[in-house]
Amino acid sequence: MDETRPVPALQVAGVSHSFGRRKALDDVSLEVPQGRFVALLGPNGAGKTTLFSLVTRLYACRVGAVRIFGHDLSHAPSAALSELGVVFQNRTLDLDLTVRQNLAYHAALHGLAGRALTLRISELLALVGLAERGNDKVRTLSGGQARRVEIARALLHRPRLLLLDEATVGLDLASRRGIVALVRELVRETGLAVLWATHIFDEIEATDQVHVLHQGRIIAAGEAAALAAGSASLEAAFRALTEPDEDAAA
Amino acid sequence: MSGSPFAAPLRPLGARGYAICLSGIVWRELLRFVQQKERFLSALVRPLLWLFIFAAGFRSALGISIIPPYDTYVLYEVYVTPGLAVMIQLFNGMQSSLSMVYDREVGSMRVLLTSPFPRWWLLFSKLIAGVVVSLVQVYVFLAVAFLWGVEIPLYGYVLALPAFILSGFMLGAIGLVISSLVRQLENFASVMNFVIFPMFFASSALYPLWRVRDASEALYVACLINPFTHAVELARFALYGAFNPVACAVVAGTTLVFFALAVIAYDPGRGVMGLRGGPKGEAS
Repeated sequence: MDETRPVPALQVAGVSHSFGRRKALDDVSLEVPQGRFVALLGPNGAGKTTLFSLVTRLYACRVGAVRIFGHDLSHAPSAALSELGVVFQNRTLDLDLTVRQNLAYHAALHGLAGRALTLRISELLALVGLAERGNDKVRTLSGGQARRVEIARALLHRPRLLLLDEATVGLDLASRRGIVALVRELVRETGLAVLWATHIFDEIEATDQVHVLHQGRIIAAGEAAALAAGSASLEAAFRALTEPDEDAAA
Repeated sequence: MSGSPFAAPLRPLGARGYAICLSGIVWRELLRFVQQKERFLSALVRPLLWLFIFAAGFRSALGISIIPPYDTYVLYEVYVTPGLAVMIQLFNGMQSSLSMVYDREVGSMRVLLTSPFPRWWLLFSKLIAGVVVSLVQVYVFLAVAFLWGVEIPLYGYVLALPAFILSGFMLGAIGLVISSLVRQLENFASVMNFVIFPMFFASSALYPLWRVRDASEALYVACLINPFTHAVELARFALYGAFNPVACAVVAGTTLVFFALAVIAYDPGRGVMGLRGGPKGEAS
C-alpha cells in the first residue's frame, strides 16, 4: 500500500431511500476499502436489500451517492457496474439450464464470449470446487453448490468488488461454513473487496469491519471486536444497541 | 488460485460486446423456450383450437365477401389464420411480460440489470429475444394451418416475416410496459382479462371490420384504434404480397411509443420500480 489513501472499492455516502411514505434507508454511509472483507449486519427488514438494490442500480439513488472504485453510479453506471459482482439473496440461476449455460449467459451480459470465456468458466468452476458439475442442470445441485455457482458467476467479468446479500440463507451449517470460507479465501488470495450482508453473528470475525444497520440507519460501525467490547458477545452488543429503540417504539 | 486475473476488470463494451450481449439474451430465451415444452404446446394448441373448431363452426355462419387483400371469396379458416398468427404473438408478448414480473420476483431481472450495457439495449435485446421465440411459434402454426388446407402463396411466408417481426416487437413492447406496472405474478389473470381478450376480440382478427360496423359503430371505432387490428392487417396483406401502409405506420408508431415508455419505466431514475417495487419487509 502506498502512502496516499487508495480510492475505496465501495463508497456509500449519505444515502436515503423511501418507498412511498415508508423510509427504508435514512442517511446511510459506509465504505469498503480495496481488498477488504466488510460485514453489513442487520436483521431482516433492516434495509440491507434496499441498499443492495441501490448499489446494483435497480433503483436510482435519489438522495446521497454511491461510488464504486470512484465511479459514481449515477453518472458513470457502466464503468461502476463493470467493477461489481453481485450475489443476490434470492436464487437467480435458471434451474433447467446447465451450470455452464448459466455462466455463459451471464458472461454475455458483460459482453464476454469465445474461447477465453470457456477457459475462464473452467477456472472459476475449479475455484469454487465444482469442476465436475459444469454440464449438469442447476436443478440437480444442492443449495450450497448453487450458491457456489452464483459466486463463480459474479466473478466472471473479473470485478474487484463483490457484494453478497445473505449468501448463506437457507443453507445447512456445513455449506454455510464452506461459503464463508470460500469468500474469505478470495479476499485473502486475490485482493477482492467484499461487502457481506448478513443477520448471522457467527459469520463475523473479530477483526472484520462491521456496519450495523437497524431500521434503515447505521447505528454502529467499527471493528467487530471493538463493537463487542464490554458485552458478552457481538450479539449481546447488538441487542443492547437495538433494544432501547424497540422500547421507545413500543 | 491466481491473483492477476483480478487486477483489472474487463470492459469489452464495444460493438462486439453489444452483439454478444444481444445474442446471449436471445440464446437464453430460446433455450428456456425449448426446455418448456408445455409452453410451446399450449402456445400452439390455442390458435389451432380456434382454427380447427371455432372456424369450422363459423364457416357456414359467416360468409366473407371479397375484401382486400383477397381477390376471391375465401373460407373463414383462411380469413382467421393471420389473426391467429398475431394472436400467438400477443400471448407471447404478454407471457414475456409475465416472465419479467416473475424474473423480478425471483431476481434474474436484477441480474440482467447489473449488466454494464445501457438499459435500453438490455430491454431491446429482451424484446428481440421474445420476437424470435414468437416467430418460431408463428411459423410452426402456419405450417400446421397449411396442412389443414389454409394455403397461402409461398412468397407470402417470406414477405410476412418483416410484418411478424414488427408486430412481435410492438406486442412485446406493450408487454414490457405492462410488466413494469404489474407488481405481482397473480396479476397476469387481469392482464388476460383487461389486455389480451379486449385486444383480440375488438380487432379484425375474427371478423372483417365492415361486419363489425354493421353491428356497432362504437365497436368499429374501438377496433380501428386498437393497434392489434393493424398488426393483423399488416400481416394479412403481407401474406398475400400486398403492403398496407396505414397498418405499417400504426404498428411502427405504436412500437416506438411503447418502447420509449418501457425504457422510461425501467430507467432507475425515473421509473416506477424504485418507488413501488421495494423488497419484501422493507417496502410498505
